[in-house]
Amino acid sequence: MKLKELESCLQQVDGFEEPKILLEQYPTSPHIAGCMLYTIHNTFDDIQHKLVADLGCGCGVLSIGAAVLDAGLCVGFDIDEDALDIFKGNVEDFELSNIDMVQCDVCSIGSSYAKKFDTVIMNPPFGTKHNQGIDMQFLQTAISMASTAVYSLHKTSTRDHIQKKANDWKVKMEVIAELRYDLPASYKFHKKKSVDIQVDFIRFTPT
Amino acid sequence: MKLLTHNMLTSHVQGVTKGYPLIIKATEVKVNELEFNAQFVSRMIPKLEWKALIQAAEWLGQSQDLPSTPKPNYESVEDFLRKVHRILLEVEVVEGCLQCPESGREFPISNGVPNLLLIEDE
Repeated sequence: MKLKELESCLQQVDGFEEPKILLEQYPTSPHIAGCMLYTIHNTFDDIQHKLVADLGCGCGVLSIGAAVLDAGLCVGFDIDEDALDIFKGNVEDFELSNIDMVQCDVCSIGSSYAKKFDTVIMNPPFGTKHNQGIDMQFLQTAISMASTAVYSLHKTSTRDHIQKKANDWKVKMEVIAELRYDLPASYKFHKKKSVDIQVDFIRFTPT
Repeated sequence: MKLLTHNMLTSHVQGVTKGYPLIIKATEVKVNELEFNAQFVSRMIPKLEWKALIQAAEWLGQSQDLPSTPKPNYESVEDFLRKVHRILLEVEVVEGCLQCPESGREFPISNGVPNLLLIEDE
């Protein structure tokens, strides 16, 4: 499947109806999701016939993409029932059978799923809404869950901090790409029409 | 909820040390076809808690001659792999609950999604 086809396909994925600010619910655009998944699949072969986890899956755009790219099974984890309902609807619309989902608090998972998944993919909350440090909690959990690799998006401004943590956790960190995350005004308090945030698309692997 | 997912789930209720496997109490189960891939199923088998899988299959009345341990050289036994494929990936619990074997706390499953959220003091 070509990147354009994948993006076009992901445009059909329904997003949040009433995004919850405190959970930092922003949709991952079909373009960003497409780029991520395309790379994970074509460059690293970490999706097809693999057991994939999507942490903070929201409405499921990354999971849907992974399933379309023939993941053995993709399991989405999210705390919000409303998002998971929309995710369910998306799974039905796309008629996908290789998806499952669990409602839970990713920050409380600990090491229950240690190395159970081949690959973890995520666009975690960045920690901008009274939840500072949540991105690192997600990352730490993801690393414990994945036996092969973790693919994640993080603010470029936090790159050095993440590198230090990666060293502490003895994982190799590779910035695959720098992306501009274009967030259209999705909440009433947003003054600008859209804002560009620089994010790193990073791959973490055990050393 | 598929049984491959269930095989990984554990109870986080405070103080619980034996929160696995979660007991399945299903009120609605369905079978959803998924394309068979021998390679994927073979790779999943060593990651599984096999006894928990057999137990889960029994709770759902889907044991269908699954052996008590995986067959030797299972990678090349297609019949066996297809049975495992079905139980791991095609049988789904739509409604019911998961019960922590130690605390008895029940986690609901609705519309195929288990809810493992705990309230603050649990």
